[in-house]
Amino acid sequence: MKARVTVTLKNGILDPQGKAIEGALKSLGVGGIASVRQGKVFDIELDGAADKAKAEAALKDAADKLLANTVIENYRVEVLG
Amino acid sequence: MKSAVLVFPGINRERDMARALKLVSGHDAAMVWHGDTELPKGTDLVVVPGGFSYGDYLRCGAIAARAPVMDAVRKFAGDGGLVLGVCNGFQILCESGLLPGVLMRNARLKFICRDVHLRVERADSPFTRGYKAGQVIKVPVAHGEGNYEADEETVKRLEGDGRVLYRYCSPEGEVGESSNINGAAASIAGIVNERGNVLGMMPHPENHVEPIMGSTDGRGLFEGLVAHLKKAA
Repeated sequence: MKARVTVTLKNGILDPQGKAIEGALKSLGVGGIASVRQGKVFDIELDGAADKAKAEAALKDAADKLLANTVIENYRVEVLG
Repeated sequence: MKSAVLVFPGINRERDMARALKLVSGHDAAMVWHGDTELPKGTDLVVVPGGFSYGDYLRCGAIAARAPVMDAVRKFAGDGGLVLGVCNGFQILCESGLLPGVLMRNARLKFICRDVHLRVERADSPFTRGYKAGQVIKVPVAHGEGNYEADEETVKRLEGDGRVLYRYCSPEGEVGESSNINGAAASIAGIVNERGNVLGMMPHPENHVEPIMGSTDGRGLFEGLVAHLKKAA
């Protein structure tokens, strides 16, 4: 089973990297960019039988324990099947 | 003073730290591997040194904070033992939950490697008693992620409880935007936990302990710890 955990900065947390990317896009002349915030994507392959609820629980555990720092980051878990 | 210096893969300041500890305390520091589950018996001070543990993968300090030895450090700190985290060590202590907040990318995105001035905010902590309150010291920094951030409530509490021990400042001791090298909230360079026995700081006091290094301003931190432990004994 494949899954994806997406980690993003919480609103209001300063994101200097996102700002730099935003600046670079603007200087490249890419139109219509209002703002950029960057984050991380983890593509995870899960072992065992396809129990979606169990998989989600394991991924949440992974995100809480390691993948995200919940002081500054939010995460979203998706089981892709 | 019996010190234990933690060693994680990718840490590179552990020898400078051990050397400074030996110089000031007269005792060799024990080097403790990240996979160990116990600290040496009789440890007075645990030091989490600087460097790039696990290549700064995921987030600075994130993987080291989950290493087996950190459970022993958590227990040690819980029993009131002194813990000092410098640079990557500060990041590790924040990631491990021993200190609040997080070290973010420097506001101007550049790695900063130079001497900075710090104002010692109070002199009644084991980590500052070698200095006078308000004293300005010069010590080096070397980091890309030293921008201390925490939610407003936490910063207020740190300030209210007097838990900010070191702040970036001008050579004259003034705190302001121009001396806040990395954009840290309230120019915070070093904070302690609620109990006051765990300090995390971005600058490297261990690198200014001998005249040949250009300054001995970092000695006070270690001398203060030695004096504190002597008094406690």
